[in-house]
Amino acid sequence: MHELSLAENVMRIIEDEAIAQQFRRVRSVTLEIGKLAAVEPEAMRFAFSAVTNDTLAAGARLELIETPGQGRCADCAATVEMDEILALCPQCGSGRVRVIGGDRMRVLELEAE
Amino acid sequence: MCGTCGCGNSLLKPPQRKTAEKGAVQYRSTAPVETRRIRVERDLLAENDTLAAQNRAFFAVRNILALNLVSSPGSGKTTLLVKTIIALNGIKPLAVIEGDQQTDNDAERIRATGVQAIQINTGKGCHLDAGMVGHALEQLALPQESLLFIENVGNLVCPAAFDLGEAAKVVVLSVTEGEDKPLKYPDMFRAARLMLLNKCDLLPHLVFDVAQAEANARRVNPDIEIIQLSASSGAGMEDWLGWLAHAQQAVTAA
Repeated sequence: MHELSLAENVMRIIEDEAIAQQFRRVRSVTLEIGKLAAVEPEAMRFAFSAVTNDTLAAGARLELIETPGQGRCADCAATVEMDEILALCPQCGSGRVRVIGGDRMRVLELEAE
Repeated sequence: MCGTCGCGNSLLKPPQRKTAEKGAVQYRSTAPVETRRIRVERDLLAENDTLAAQNRAFFAVRNILALNLVSSPGSGKTTLLVKTIIALNGIKPLAVIEGDQQTDNDAERIRATGVQAIQINTGKGCHLDAGMVGHALEQLALPQESLLFIENVGNLVCPAAFDLGEAAKVVVLSVTEGEDKPLKYPDMFRAARLMLLNKCDLLPHLVFDVAQAEANARRVNPDIEIIQLSASSGAGMEDWLGWLAHAQQAVTAA
């Protein structure tokens, strides 16, 4: 359940931005979550609502945008889309596909008032 | 406020932040309020990664080899550490950072060997983060070329995402668990450089396919190194100690 720490990080970013951008309330938060980021969307929603309770983001809508996983095959060097960590290379069938993208998470956008 | 990571407490507690004061009345106007969209594009783990980089720099200038030990609860990490310490004590400066949700038990077991140990209690937290380790480093006296073991919270999921500044993650899998654990928890096995297959002295009593377990680990992480050992019987310990010596040389040469 590391989504709780991640949600705390989201809250910290919101608070920083509230000072920098001078807003008092957040209506919605858009998170970009890599498909291979090991984040469970439902756990993230639960944690977000728990962490934002009593803050300037209380009741804010959480929008999750999933970005595709990307890998490079260690055998045929193809750059491929990965749906899961254990994906096989669609070009050559190798299991030696290394993740090169889609394993990060970021706050993309806030809607503030 | 703490100068290392900005947390509210000086010691090892995850920061709790609330913006609105308790009991404060929040007015919401019924008139339409203008909203604006603010582009942020900030990584959720950026702060942890910054603190991890600070820890890594701390280790680099002192030629310290820091290893992040991860596993399920009960894989034998602490016994492995105790046996490793007994083998290396007096040869190398050693220290241990112990992470558990509750109790000082593991740090006590390490201190009983005469080696300094700091216990971090994460409370409800399911993993160590770089800020917690940074605070623990303030309390340890680490000489040049120390070997620092960071025993993470027993959990094969969450610690995978949090860089602590270590040279490598070492995942411990015991043969009393399933050989499919690397497939079930691929993020952790992908993040690790070395897998220690522990409790191998029990193999004659178990239905555990070592070759399958190793194949599963390599399926998830083609580059993973694997050592079979038993911390309690001592079998395979020399391979592990050899791996440590090699990793230490790499740190010193860097």
